Amino acid sequence: MSSNVASTGGQPEYNIRVVKQFAIMTVVWGIVGMLVGVFIAAELIWPGLNFNQSWLHFGRLRPLHTNAVIFAFGGSALFAAAYHVVQRTCQARLFGGWLIGFTFWGWQAVIVAAAITLPLGLTTSKEYAELEWPIDILITLVWVAFAVVFFGTIMKRRTKHIYVANWFFGAFIITIAVLHLGNSAAIPVTAFKSYSAYAGTIDAMVQWWYGHNAVGFFLTAGFLGMMYYFVPKQADRPIYSYRLSIVHFWALIAVYIWAGPHHLHYSALPDWVQSLGMVMSLILLAPSWGGMINGMMTLSGAWHKLRYDPTLRFLVVSLSFYGMSTFEGPMMSIKTVNALSHNTDWTIGHVHSGALGWVAMISIGMLYHLIPVLYQRARMYSVKLINLHFWMSTIGTVLYIASMWVNGIAQGLMWRAFNTDGTLTYSFVESIEASYPGYYVRLLGGVIFFAGMLVMAYNVWRTIRGDVQQQEVTAAEPRTV
Amino acid sequence: MDQGTLQGIGTILTMIAFLGVCWWAYSGRKKKDFDEAAQLPFVDDTKVDDTKSSQDEDK
Repeated sequence: MSSNVASTGGQPEYNIRVVKQFAIMTVVWGIVGMLVGVFIAAELIWPGLNFNQSWLHFGRLRPLHTNAVIFAFGGSALFAAAYHVVQRTCQARLFGGWLIGFTFWGWQAVIVAAAITLPLGLTTSKEYAELEWPIDILITLVWVAFAVVFFGTIMKRRTKHIYVANWFFGAFIITIAVLHLGNSAAIPVTAFKSYSAYAGTIDAMVQWWYGHNAVGFFLTAGFLGMMYYFVPKQADRPIYSYRLSIVHFWALIAVYIWAGPHHLHYSALPDWVQSLGMVMSLILLAPSWGGMINGMMTLSGAWHKLRYDPTLRFLVVSLSFYGMSTFEGPMMSIKTVNALSHNTDWTIGHVHSGALGWVAMISIGMLYHLIPVLYQRARMYSVKLINLHFWMSTIGTVLYIASMWVNGIAQGLMWRAFNTDGTLTYSFVESIEASYPGYYVRLLGGVIFFAGMLVMAYNVWRTIRGDVQQQEVTAAEPRTV
Repeated sequence: MDQGTLQGIGTILTMIAFLGVCWWAYSGRKKKDFDEAAQLPFVDDTKVDDTKSSQDEDK
């Protein structure tokens, strides 16, 4: 396309259109995905909510929820972040011509296809890789286009260095390609049915090599790329230690790839593989916290900004949740802890402390920074509403994870309780009965978090229209973007 | 060579790689490069209005 712009000197004309598209769809898919989450949380309390319709069944809507929040909401946020950051830090317009638009429309087509096939019960039954083979092929095409656009832009950069955020985005793109191709290898039998290329324990290991690295490279490395750009940008100061960011990068990507076996403790997987997965998971604490500290310390000397800048608060609190869940994860990977936590609600709580606290909150922080930049507004429509959203997100997340901790530990203890004669103290249904209070609190937390997303949608819409909350302006808010 | 020896060699190689990355990142001669790179998020701040193309691209 206009790849010659960069060489003319001055500021390149960035491709803002695609960043806008993905940013808007981040808001849309966030609302959709979290609404499905709220609904299935309610189904766990009132099972009758499925109205005896197979497509409303928890088992079909749960993968729809996970795919929508991870790949539609998180994926759109990552596309927006990668395309924005790579252009700005490389001082170059996106490479790739029509491929850029293809990544947007292709990705949306994948999401729509998921939203149709999953409720119909078309699934490979591989967790976080449920989509059937024709959709998998479309994902592959979109992802290759994404790689061409991203690395093409890196190659035509006018800056000398490749900023560390781009290293994380690059690792995320390459590794997700490898994982997707490896795990989704399957033999199609009809247009909507395929069988995995692997069998038995090997299939399980490949699945969790994929599954855990979807966490490690999609939900971690990608969002760390976001963190390394938007935290310095919003705090208006460079990252605390660029050297630490390099050690952080190499250590994180070298260790994460080995941690998958902790999903298969006490299974048919060989013992030594389980132990390897456990040890590597424990080591992961170090690079994870290295990154968290690097982000947090960027504010050193500027902590006062947190008092009046709720966008920055979103970014920093997301790092706190990241630190919490990356401490919890290694702890849960210890075999004896896992013996208690596995298959309980504790796992669900852990996932959501990462998903709501880290992934969603850093994406929301990014959007509040990005929307005014993309639409050339001085600021968001209302800073007060950002603050309201911040507290709704924080309270919602805390209610969610605290209730799941209580539930998980209660379930784990009840399931392992024996009478003196060797029989089980509790039946399974008794543990479900004991879980009900937690289910209610979880639903409440989810509803609050979801409502916060609606507040954001309103704020984004008013900002794009060009409105500014007049009372806030006359009160002379010190914040500018 | 048994499995134990192999694991020992693996551990040592990983350790060398890690120390190598640390040594490289913290060596004095890279300092200037890294200081420059750390400023990259701000390169578009200092220049003139960069978003003229965005006005007609309302979504």
